[in-house]
Amino acid sequence: MRSFTYQRAESASQAAAAVAATPGAKFIAGGTNLLDLMKLEIETPTHLVDVQDTGLDRIEDTPEGGLRIGTLVSNTALSADQRVRRDYAVLTRAIQAGASGQLRNKATTGGNLLQRTRCPYFYDPNMPCNKRKPGDGCAAMKGYSRQLGVIGTSESCIATYPGDMAVALRLLDAVVETVKGDGTARSIPIADFHRLWGDHPERETALEPGEMITHVVLPKPLGGKHVYHKVRDRASYAFALVSVAAVIQPDGTGRVAFGGMAPKPWRVEEAEALLPQGASAVVKRAFANAKPRSDNRFKLALAERTLAGILAEARS
Amino acid sequence: MDDRDLAVSRRGVLAAGAASVAVSQVPLSRAGAADSTAKPAQQAVRLSVNGKAHDLTLDTRTTLLDTLREHLQLTGTKKGCDHGQCGACTVLVNGQRINSCLSLAVMHQGDEVTTVEGLGTPDKLHPMQHAFVEHDAYQCGYCTPGQICSAVAVLDEIRKGVPSHVTSDLTGTMQPTNIEMRERMSGNICRCGAYSNIAEAMAQVAEG
Repeated sequence: MRSFTYQRAESASQAAAAVAATPGAKFIAGGTNLLDLMKLEIETPTHLVDVQDTGLDRIEDTPEGGLRIGTLVSNTALSADQRVRRDYAVLTRAIQAGASGQLRNKATTGGNLLQRTRCPYFYDPNMPCNKRKPGDGCAAMKGYSRQLGVIGTSESCIATYPGDMAVALRLLDAVVETVKGDGTARSIPIADFHRLWGDHPERETALEPGEMITHVVLPKPLGGKHVYHKVRDRASYAFALVSVAAVIQPDGTGRVAFGGMAPKPWRVEEAEALLPQGASAVVKRAFANAKPRSDNRFKLALAERTLAGILAEARS
Repeated sequence: MDDRDLAVSRRGVLAAGAASVAVSQVPLSRAGAADSTAKPAQQAVRLSVNGKAHDLTLDTRTTLLDTLREHLQLTGTKKGCDHGQCGACTVLVNGQRINSCLSLAVMHQGDEVTTVEGLGTPDKLHPMQHAFVEHDAYQCGYCTPGQICSAVAVLDEIRKGVPSHVTSDLTGTMQPTNIEMRERMSGNICRCGAYSNIAEAMAQVAEG
């Protein structure tokens, strides 16, 4: 690990100002992904601004009937909140499908959104990677792509966004609230938060340098049946090959978002309008522009079967 | 071969092996970079471990795990993968289980840390330690301190109503069933495969 200096910030605006003013600085909250990457020298911050004292650790009711989740709320606390379990069960299900108990106790709401891809070529510093080093090339292109993306990828990068929580947040149309280094606040719809890689796979989110997530806001509950199915190589504690988050209403309409397929949680509103026609129609439309490789073509069939299972469960 | 070669300890071999793994993960192009000679940043931190306060000045890079093992000589907590994948380093911080390898000591200013040494002593075992012995819930024992810390926290999480991936009714009361225990312990790997006995030890403690 490279050496770094460390400070604690007492407010989000102070933290954002500190990171914006210090070249090479990064925020740290739970640190479970950042420290992993720092040990491999994939992340090499020269200064860490610890945000644990910023007080953003509460879940509040909003006047609109939703919830406003502080960025420091842990994965465990968010998934265990009675309001979330009752009204946003797909979010509890998604969080509990990810990581381990130890990691969920440290991982935060904001930090989880910012976790980086688990592409094995990104994680191997001896392989070329456009995400680690822009212009370096991509070892995954001619490599083993079983875990990698089938849609929304580019000539520069075929990695996926690895998380579960964000798939549920995309389904629920959450909004990410931030503060910038100059103290200005803004709201980013979750649909616009994660970027497609394009020619710049090193730019993963809509955040500007020094911009800090302060809250994630959930709109009022949708009702319906909430389901999150995750298909992976072992029954627990593994990243998704394919995951499907869905809210299905009694009349068969609903929403659906996919994880493990793309650089961001993949939700196509025109595709979910086809839910009453069944899984095949939805997946065909949602992945109409997919560019699977021979190693990961199976993900398309798996997504359809997983959604079919959810629809059967919702009818029962 | 002289006597010195034969005197190499198991611990020494393990340490050398771990060091060579760590070195091989750092890209060659970065070895010997000029800034590696700069004096690393140090920071003071105060933490309480097993009820005893410690004031330390540490390289900011020092993980909570290395602080426990290398600075406080509490070697009960083990280093397995050092990347949060195996759970051997599990300790309780302010009552919650975490991977001590993925946390910096400086992030724990004022925190209360409990390690396997703080749960019980050889003369007065914690009920979970006792149950592990009774149910033969280990073989080589390397993962055991992490398993025990995790197991204690799991029963606490179930009592507090934290749901899991296998909980069928999210709004109901959580039960310490075998399937719940297995899911909640998935962050602790045991390469000897003592899992079924670990679950039985936990069930005994859960039943009181």
